[in-house]
Amino acid sequence: MIRRKVLISNELGLHARPAAKVAKLAQKYRAKVFLKKGLRQAEAESILDVLALACSQGTEVEIWAEGEEAEEAVAAIADLLSRDLENL
Amino acid sequence: MKVLKGIGVSPGVAIGPAYVFLAGRIKIARRFIRPEDVEKELNRFREAIELTAQELEEVKKHIPEGMPQALSIIDAHLLMLKDPILIRETEKVIRERRVNSEWALLFILERYKKLFAALEDPYLRERIHDLEQLVDRAIMALQGRNNQAHLSEPAIIVAHDLSPADTARLQPETTQAFVTEVGSRTSHTAIVARSLGFPAVVAVTDILKEVNPGDLLAVDGLSGEVIINPTEEVIEDFLDRELRYKRRRSLLYHQAKKPAITKDNRKIAIRANLELVDEIPLVLECGAEGVGLYRTEYLYVTRKTLPTEDELLHAYRQVVEGVRPYPVTIRTLDIGGDKFASQFDLPEEINPALGLRAIRLCLKNPEFFKVQLRAILRASAFGKVRIMFPLVSGLGELQEAKRLLWEVMQELREKGIDFDEDIQVGAMIEVPSAAAVADLLAREADFFSIGTNDLIQYALAIDRGNEQVAHLYEPLHPGILRIIRQIVTAGHEADIEVAMCGEMAGELHYVPLLIGLGLDELSMNAQTIPEVKSLVRELNYEECRILAEEALKLATPEEVSALLQEWMKRITLDLSWRQIWLG
Repeated sequence: MIRRKVLISNELGLHARPAAKVAKLAQKYRAKVFLKKGLRQAEAESILDVLALACSQGTEVEIWAEGEEAEEAVAAIADLLSRDLENL
Repeated sequence: MKVLKGIGVSPGVAIGPAYVFLAGRIKIARRFIRPEDVEKELNRFREAIELTAQELEEVKKHIPEGMPQALSIIDAHLLMLKDPILIRETEKVIRERRVNSEWALLFILERYKKLFAALEDPYLRERIHDLEQLVDRAIMALQGRNNQAHLSEPAIIVAHDLSPADTARLQPETTQAFVTEVGSRTSHTAIVARSLGFPAVVAVTDILKEVNPGDLLAVDGLSGEVIINPTEEVIEDFLDRELRYKRRRSLLYHQAKKPAITKDNRKIAIRANLELVDEIPLVLECGAEGVGLYRTEYLYVTRKTLPTEDELLHAYRQVVEGVRPYPVTIRTLDIGGDKFASQFDLPEEINPALGLRAIRLCLKNPEFFKVQLRAILRASAFGKVRIMFPLVSGLGELQEAKRLLWEVMQELREKGIDFDEDIQVGAMIEVPSAAAVADLLAREADFFSIGTNDLIQYALAIDRGNEQVAHLYEPLHPGILRIIRQIVTAGHEADIEVAMCGEMAGELHYVPLLIGLGLDELSMNAQTIPEVKSLVRELNYEECRILAEEALKLATPEEVSALLQEWMKRITLDLSWRQIWLG
């Protein structure tokens, strides 16, 4: 199973706008994508779940997925989170 | 007639009937569904979500260009509304408990409320309100009630709260103003209202209890006054204010960039209070000559971990570069120990207003404080920065804070990092003892800034948040005027500038008095600036000085207030100013 770790870099962490981007992107894939922070995890396609995961700046998040297109989905979300989310 | 007061967040005046917008305040009963009707109920739920989504899409179309913020808010709302887990879980409740969709939605909302209430980041916690508003909308769709503020006649919208989507879809032709029970100057709603140009007053406690649909309202979005069923006289006064206001508004903004110089050539620096980087465009548009109070708490309270030096620098630099060549007065952290209890292992305080906060907290944790000092100094390489220490109570604290600042400067020099060697260091005067020893502080400070909110609270021993005594919070109390005079005199004798950055500085009708008391700079909320600058240009400093002398001889706040009103009637002024003042 593919897993990727990223560090949340933008100032306010995964607040509404970046969380919306994550959810929107995750919904494009057939795979079920998860964001994991410590012991808790969120379904990436759910903006509410992602917000409630409360990822502030500097949080390490692990991304993993299952099902069809899992690899592509993980890569895409990891790529999104590694970029400067504020300026997307 | 009933007079209520809230916070004016979007200037303008309106008189019209109240349209009471009762979003989400309907009682929802649990209804059980027969097993054979469950599929029908699920369809009803899905249709309602779809309908609500269409409404939001419709709202999006009506958002004027150049408001990407409003657009992204609605986009996030759409994603929340169609959140796969929210939908899945609500459908599960409908199916398994065989209940109506409305009840199932509220049941799931409760779960989310608990989940979000446990979050530490206040910004994220607030997002539950977005979900609440969406659930309200969906419930209205379920009940077949149109939740658009459908007004055939112009009216003033009164609501507990308005979502950004609600405010964006109010039709300018039929919406005169809005008034809400909750909210603040920086809430999304206020920002949207200002950009759409509606007068708005928020935080009007109990307005929904006091007002009946159709009641006549008079609203002043600058002063925050909301008057229910006004008398003929008040209506006339407000009609005048409205007319003058509209006529002057374009003129004011047009002239906002001109300096504020009295007729007899005294220049008053009019600056803005600022908290967020996002506010810079507004600050510039309103003609602020820099930032007189940059509150730096935001980066500390919106997160669990302490911000790093680079993060702080990033924010400070944006502000400094944004308002360049004007100066930015950065106030060091003004926050109570309660906010950092976990980092510093501090005990709970019974009286936090008199506790370990602001400069006291920073001096107790010098390494923590130095991070911010370094960031401020580094920002000073990018524009004109002044540094200000809050809650100084005497000379010792100011000296100690300056000593730490010199230490940081030395470190930066050794590392070859640029900063402004001549950076001005000032004290915020807001503790009565600091006012009493202002002459001593003036030897060590490059400027003073009077923080009236705390100064008045401490000097009068009044907690403004306490309803029992709030009416005794009197900025025009002779004791306060004498303290201000004492601070200004001490500052001027030492040849340093004295600014004022509390709410008092932005109260239009206090301005002549404040100028007469000798203040060199007034710093206020940006929207007030065009009005204040234009007023200053109409004044005569010598006359203001005489006014201040007379005011200082009076015995009660009422007498001072009466004098201000009387005085304004006498001076030759554009009628519009009289109307705004005398209202």
